[in-house]
Amino acid sequence: MATVPATLGAFRGADAPDLEALRKCVHCGICVPQCPTFRVLGEEMDTPRGRLYLMRAAAEGRLGLTEALARHLDLCLGCRACETACPSGVPFGSLLESARVQLRRHGPPSRHRLLEALVFAVFPEPRRLGALLAALSLYRRSGLGRLVRALGLLRPFPRLAAMEALVAEVPRPVPLPAIVPARGRRRGRVGLLTGCVQRHLYPGVNRDTAQLLALAGYEVVVPAAQGCCGALDLHAGRADAFRARARALAAAFPDDLDFVVTNAAGCGSAMKAYGHWLREAADLGAKTRDVLELLAEAELPLGPLALRVTYHDACHLAHGQRVRQEPRALLRRIPGLTLVELPDSDFCCGSAGVYNLLEPRIARALLEQKLARIAATGARVVAAANPGCLLQIASGCRAHGLDVEIVHPVELLARAAARAR
Amino acid sequence: MALTRTVLDALTRILGPDGVISSPEGRLVYECDMQTFYKGAPDVVALPESAEQVEAIVRLCRRERVPVVPRGSGSGLIGGAMAPAGGVMVGLNRMDRILEVDLPNRCATVQPGLVNLWLTRAVEDRGYFFAPDPSSQMVSSIGGNVSTNAGGPHCLKYGITVNHVLGLELVTGAGERVQLGGKVADRPGYDLTGTAVGAEGTFGLVTAITVRLLHAAEAVKTVLASFPSIEHASEAVSGIIAAGIIPAALEMLDALMIQAIEAGIGAGYPKGAAAVLLIELDGPAAEVEAQAERAAAICRERGALDVRVARDEAERALLWKGRKEAAGALGRLAPMYMLQDAVVPRSKLPAIMREILAISERHGVQIANVFHAGDGNLHPLILYDDRHPEQVERARAANEEVLHACIAMGGTVTGEHGVGLDKAQKLPLQYADADLNFMYRLRGVFDPDRLMNPGKLLPSHPACGEGFRPARPRLPDGAWI
Repeated sequence: MATVPATLGAFRGADAPDLEALRKCVHCGICVPQCPTFRVLGEEMDTPRGRLYLMRAAAEGRLGLTEALARHLDLCLGCRACETACPSGVPFGSLLESARVQLRRHGPPSRHRLLEALVFAVFPEPRRLGALLAALSLYRRSGLGRLVRALGLLRPFPRLAAMEALVAEVPRPVPLPAIVPARGRRRGRVGLLTGCVQRHLYPGVNRDTAQLLALAGYEVVVPAAQGCCGALDLHAGRADAFRARARALAAAFPDDLDFVVTNAAGCGSAMKAYGHWLREAADLGAKTRDVLELLAEAELPLGPLALRVTYHDACHLAHGQRVRQEPRALLRRIPGLTLVELPDSDFCCGSAGVYNLLEPRIARALLEQKLARIAATGARVVAAANPGCLLQIASGCRAHGLDVEIVHPVELLARAAARAR
Repeated sequence: MALTRTVLDALTRILGPDGVISSPEGRLVYECDMQTFYKGAPDVVALPESAEQVEAIVRLCRRERVPVVPRGSGSGLIGGAMAPAGGVMVGLNRMDRILEVDLPNRCATVQPGLVNLWLTRAVEDRGYFFAPDPSSQMVSSIGGNVSTNAGGPHCLKYGITVNHVLGLELVTGAGERVQLGGKVADRPGYDLTGTAVGAEGTFGLVTAITVRLLHAAEAVKTVLASFPSIEHASEAVSGIIAAGIIPAALEMLDALMIQAIEAGIGAGYPKGAAAVLLIELDGPAAEVEAQAERAAAICRERGALDVRVARDEAERALLWKGRKEAAGALGRLAPMYMLQDAVVPRSKLPAIMREILAISERHGVQIANVFHAGDGNLHPLILYDDRHPEQVERARAANEEVLHACIAMGGTVTGEHGVGLDKAQKLPLQYADADLNFMYRLRGVFDPDRLMNPGKLLPSHPACGEGFRPARPRLPDGAWI
């Protein structure tokens, strides 16, 4: 069927932002103080309300796909705190993604072309990411890293410096079996997404996830051939690459699974949106669960951990998936563990996928705020359910000499489960 | 008018390049506040970080004869923070610090860009709060609250913004930075603080505000009562007040509003009721307990379908979230609405509600109602779709009739939102020429060149203008001033 490309003001063809959704915004501004870029920049163009106004102006033909429009949309972290705040139900995240698709197809060239090319050639490709991280590991162990930092060689390249500072050490890989059998009463059969960053930098989180799911009664299938979920592509407006990855991922998992489980909030949030973007992966999207959602429903034998812990809400778990209580309830189930609430726990830490590499200045400002709040809790452990947040907060703690341990909640649960045996 | 290069360069010298926005995209997003009906983009937006910078901006603008429009969070409903005559808009969001908290003297000094709720957040763990609570308090700035002399659900008992402002630092339109009032009450001379609160930027720009902090009450109880009709609910309001109870808040919402809130927020309002009352009582625990029972009994006597008391703080917070985000939730029902703000004597509530219903039917428009029933402050929200010009026309006609009906019943043209561009031409309905002329002269003391937020607050009435003709507002076709 041939389709005539539709136009909607400056937007054209497929994947244009939905004008009806844009018009849901009544300009009340309740989102504004919740927006991280507003809190750093203090200007209307970099608020959800301002960005919606610009998108709507483009959709209504008052504004072209200009460089400034692209800039203000690029500066958005995509944290979706505005969606939580919005009483009118504006689907900001999907509007932003559509607008970015349009800008990528029909707009001005991106200002981070080279860095983006590097990021997208490596990050969503687990094998290439593994190779890059191995090289980084070698660079660290050889002492070259210390030399580069001592000489300040990266100072003129803030984005490279941000990348360099993010990864402290590269752990040894933890191979997972293709199938982890359920233990005790069987609840079902699930697939595990091993992720790109997660499998290389936090292989222990994947291992703990599989073991806890098994302990909860799930048989866990870990397809070896799985690739990236496409979240980074989606957030950057690379719709074609995103759809290709989603399709491939849907094909990588067997059809008979009850759920497909992820322990990375960013991945889960993108996968749950599959239905919005392509039919072939809608089923996978509907079956996607964060590991903490499933564990919260299960009984787990947990031994004591005498720890003072605070919990940071990953944006794509709290705002993207509306999962807030489950992680807290799970942590509270660990005997001896004291959970201290982190003020503004659902305020972005500045990681936001690869945002901290592309926009280090704003990312750092947000990280500073997060660290100050963490320090004020007096907690010795910070739990967060997304690898990006873990990397970002850990790098901040290292830079400030803040003595806290940064973990995924499943790591604490696995430790407690080990004590129960 | 386009600004000269000189003005732009001078602004950049004062603020640095990051503090000056002149891109078309930047100017576009600053063209309106929450009242998107009125649009007027500034020529440039200035984002100062200090009172010194504000002073320098005002002096520059006075020298160059450029209008100055202040803007806080842009959550106003009156077309106040928009620039009908262009000029320099001063966005105060970067001046959002709490300068001092002085609990022994129960006050705090803040910068104008501070979000209202953030002040209470900063002192609530020590048992204090900032009383004025406009429903926009999670977004609106204290500077904006001062400029519009904002009210809020709890002003029934606690009073409006002016009752909580002890002092102001003001950069006048003449470019002087002056201190009005201060921490200590009973200052000699004129009450200039009271005069400047509600000036909507026509006196100049507020750069610091000293506000009163109150100690939180020992106990709070929130009662939700649903009724088969607006009349029944209005009778209950009169009954509660007649019983000598002054609730902290006494809010009424009608069926359409409840529908929007439940679709958008799910706050637990009973669907299907024609009206609900949200009654909040605070004070010493024993007194609150007794008053809550009495208020509930009055509601039942006046035909309430259901009366329940919020069981815990979470339920209370959810009920208030629904109330405070009501206007935002209307996006679920229609893409646009006009929000009217008028007052009638409380005894006229049933009559005005009947009239509003008749107006809604006459013009074929939906009107949702949420209002501060305790003090007769109405907020009819007239829904329309701006893509259909005839709907805009009908909504506008209904809006006018609602306002005139309120005045005919002895009410006022605005309750708590302010005047702005929206109601400036309505002031002659309220004030005699002599009164308006006096206001013009007073304004001239603060703003001799009439460059401060021109076109707002005071009508451009030739008979009372002292030869004053504000620049012709740049308005979209169909604006009804």
